Amino acid sequence: MKPGTRLKSAACDTEVMVIRCGDGTIECGGAPMGEDKPADAAPLAADHSNGTLMGKRYVDADGNYELLCVKPGKGSLSVDGVALVTKDAKPLPASD
Amino acid sequence: MNIALLLEMAAEAAPDRVGLVCDGKRWTYAELLAAARGAFELIDQSGCEYVALLDESSEAAVIALFGAALAGVPYCPLNYRLADTDLAALLERVSPALVVGDEERVQRIAGEQGHTVYSRELFTLKAQESVPEAEDRVYDPGEGIAVQLFTSGTTAAPKAAILRHSNLLGYILGTVEFASADEADAALVVVPPYHIAGISALLSSIYANRRIVMLPSFEPDAWLKLVETEKVTNAFVVPTMMTRIIDKLENGLATDLTSLRAIAYGGGKMPLEVIQKALALFPDSGFTNAYGLTETSSTIALLGPDEHRDALASDDPKVRARLTSLGKPLPTVEIEIRDEDGKVLPAGEPGEIYVRGEQVSGEYKEKSALDAEGWFPTRDAGYMDEEGYLFLSGRADDVIVRGGENMSPGEIEDVLLTHPAVGDACATAIPSVEWGEAVGVAVVVRDGHEAPSEDELKELIRGRLRSSRVPEKVMFMKELPYNEMGKLLRREVKKILA
Repeated sequence: MKPGTRLKSAACDTEVMVIRCGDGTIECGGAPMGEDKPADAAPLAADHSNGTLMGKRYVDADGNYELLCVKPGKGSLSVDGVALVTKDAKPLPASD
Repeated sequence: MNIALLLEMAAEAAPDRVGLVCDGKRWTYAELLAAARGAFELIDQSGCEYVALLDESSEAAVIALFGAALAGVPYCPLNYRLADTDLAALLERVSPALVVGDEERVQRIAGEQGHTVYSRELFTLKAQESVPEAEDRVYDPGEGIAVQLFTSGTTAAPKAAILRHSNLLGYILGTVEFASADEADAALVVVPPYHIAGISALLSSIYANRRIVMLPSFEPDAWLKLVETEKVTNAFVVPTMMTRIIDKLENGLATDLTSLRAIAYGGGKMPLEVIQKALALFPDSGFTNAYGLTETSSTIALLGPDEHRDALASDDPKVRARLTSLGKPLPTVEIEIRDEDGKVLPAGEPGEIYVRGEQVSGEYKEKSALDAEGWFPTRDAGYMDEEGYLFLSGRADDVIVRGGENMSPGEIEDVLLTHPAVGDACATAIPSVEWGEAVGVAVVVRDGHEAPSEDELKELIRGRLRSSRVPEKVMFMKELPYNEMGKLLRREVKKILA
């Protein structure tokens, strides 16, 4: 896995671009994400179904992972079972 | 990651929303993306190593920028105001290129360089027609160079500044919230396409899903009319444009400008009296001063709307002085002031501005200017106050910035020295309400010669250089001040001339 890789959810429509990552497994809706969508969809895990939002960046507590949601879906993102949280950009006035 | 992702996301989230208005034509995000993919085909088939733009702003600039990105070829907008010989030299450095714009001129000055040339209209038409056949076409991953901009080349030959996909994306993702603009929002873009602000304006507006209203070349009446008819909410101007807009308004021009919520400015020093007038004329607009460089992918520090109003209303001279500051560094970059030995200076002490961050490229085609820790020396001189507000005191290398145009004192001095009666000469910036800075010259008459008239010297420069180089002030001195190392003390001349 390297930055710039596009990952697809096996459980929903979510797609992300990898901005930063470690060696763990990136999941969506409770199932591992991959560069290709599997033929059979994985079930959406109830505890990983808060949904993803287009254009939001998702990070882990240690700052090892950062994913940019480029297509939203019903699943939520996690790494090795630990949920990722949205990274809030500080709102700035448009300068250009 | 590829900067084309920004347009792809806009087209995914809001395909039918109008993303660009230019010359009365409206483009949706889906149409812009389709044309960029068509441009990819043209670029890919041409075998070019660069995509160059020799044209004013238009939809072709947007299509070429993203088409080049998809093809993994650097996009290189060129300054069409350059003289033929200078422009031909730059075209040679990007050969073979797919050039969009002034076909006749490219054939005339660089016909032998092997470029593929399209007029603006033909390029746009072909891009719209060349929709890729395969849905799963493989585009460039965006690990390389997205944009190459030639610096103005004031001290030497122009340098090719390089901005990677990662620099530009670092800037946009770190400072712009995706799809944060309302459908009614519109940004008026008037900076030329070869300026970094012209590129960052496209990227940030598209990612915010803010409609871009393009004005190919600035003219105050056209600018004001577009604000009114397109109900523009955001605009970026250089100080000279602001001065001209104010002149129109003070002459009683009746235009409905109430839609204009946010006005950003940058690109040169804003005279205090101009920003004060602007704040009074636009009482409901939020003003933002943006400071940045080509090598930093645009803005690295800004003074926001509340800070402008607070400074204007304050009795505290320190707070009031912030009206002339560059504001505070973006949360995504670090800024330090250092002395000539590279030592970090405390608040209040002037030195050179250094910056570090993902958006900072600091890289030229020839070499990187970053130090071992990733810091970029801007060559701008300034200081930071106790509260972290950044103040610019000038260029580290004395470049004169007239209305956003950088000019080297050296080229003006060289021409003056060709006059038989001129023994020594120094060109320096003098304050100008209209231009921010203008050219002033100090001249020493050679022994045994009659002093030439002011007009004679002005004519000499007008005949050899662009008219912007003609001095507004000419002063004759007995001798110029030099230090013990034989270095001309420009600052002292500047003081005398100001």
